[in-house]
Amino acid sequence: MKVKEIARLLDARIICGQEHADYSIDVAFASDLMSDVLTLKNDNVLLITGLANMQTIRTAEMSDIQCVIFARNKRVTPEMIALAEDNELVVLECRYSVYKTCGLLYEAGVDPIF
Amino acid sequence: MAERMQFEYNVEGGNFSRAGFASSEIKKILKKLNVDIAIIKRTVVATYEGEVNIVAHAYSGTIYVNIDTEQIRIRLKDEGPGIPDIDKAMEEGFSTASSEVREMGFGAGMGLPNMKKNADEMHISSEVDKGTEVEIVMYLNTKE
Ligand SMILES: Nc1ncnc2c1ncn2[C@@H]1O[C@H](COP(=O)(O)OP(=O)(O)OP(=O)(O)O)[C@@H](O)[C@H]1O
Ligand SMILES: [Mg+2]
Repeated sequence: MKVKEIARLLDARIICGQEHADYSIDVAFASDLMSDVLTLKNDNVLLITGLANMQTIRTAEMSDIQCVIFARNKRVTPEMIALAEDNELVVLECRYSVYKTCGLLYEAGVDPIF
Repeated sequence: MAERMQFEYNVEGGNFSRAGFASSEIKKILKKLNVDIAIIKRTVVATYEGEVNIVAHAYSGTIYVNIDTEQIRIRLKDEGPGIPDIDKAMEEGFSTASSEVREMGFGAGMGLPNMKKNADEMHISSEVDKGTEVEIVMYLNTKE
């Protein structure tokens, strides 16, 4: 599923990386625990999280994750946006809870990793 | 590439907003050197785990990077409390992380085991009240 389709499905705002909205996502993973995210081996992972800090963006960078969705209206800071842009990441802000976000994505056919 | 390259980065204990800066620089270098992307990912994930450990658990540290045509060698050396029982620290789920570290999304006791999984070699030594040194080695020519 393409990032722009995900944004539409979740009624989410693309905060940065609009030019990469054609990225295609294979699988999704939801976690607030970056320790867990760092153990993933898959490519083209979509991360859904409620943890909005610099380490979320860093973790995405190190794990080659290209798209992060911040659920439940968690706001990204300008510092986070700058780092995300450096790494050509697409960042979405979504008002739905992590649960609802995941439910909608699952229903739309985005596969889980495990 | 040149026969041998060396870099070093300072890491500040406790400074979470900067944690990952060194690993990010290392990632850029490896990309420029056209290292295989799967090796880059394993290298930077392991390095980042080590860098976050310095930030989370130690006072200050240095990351030394050595790259030649055969391997990438990364040594993370810190001044800090040290690790009293390394076998225990290597167990999945063992963590002494503070609540502040947990709020940053870390402290699950997965970092050291994850470093070991990602590295081709890992060596760790530590002295209580002095510091810790973790070295990871990544082989570059595993394809033949
Ligand atoms: N550089 C270090 N200095 C002192 N203690 C350390 C260091 N690195 C690891 N430790 C000790 O080993 C434990 C396990 O480390 P590990 O990286 O596996 O987990 P963690 O850092 O607690 O959590 P996570 O890595 O999942 O975020 C730590 O909780 C800490 O007690
Ligand atoms: Mg750790």
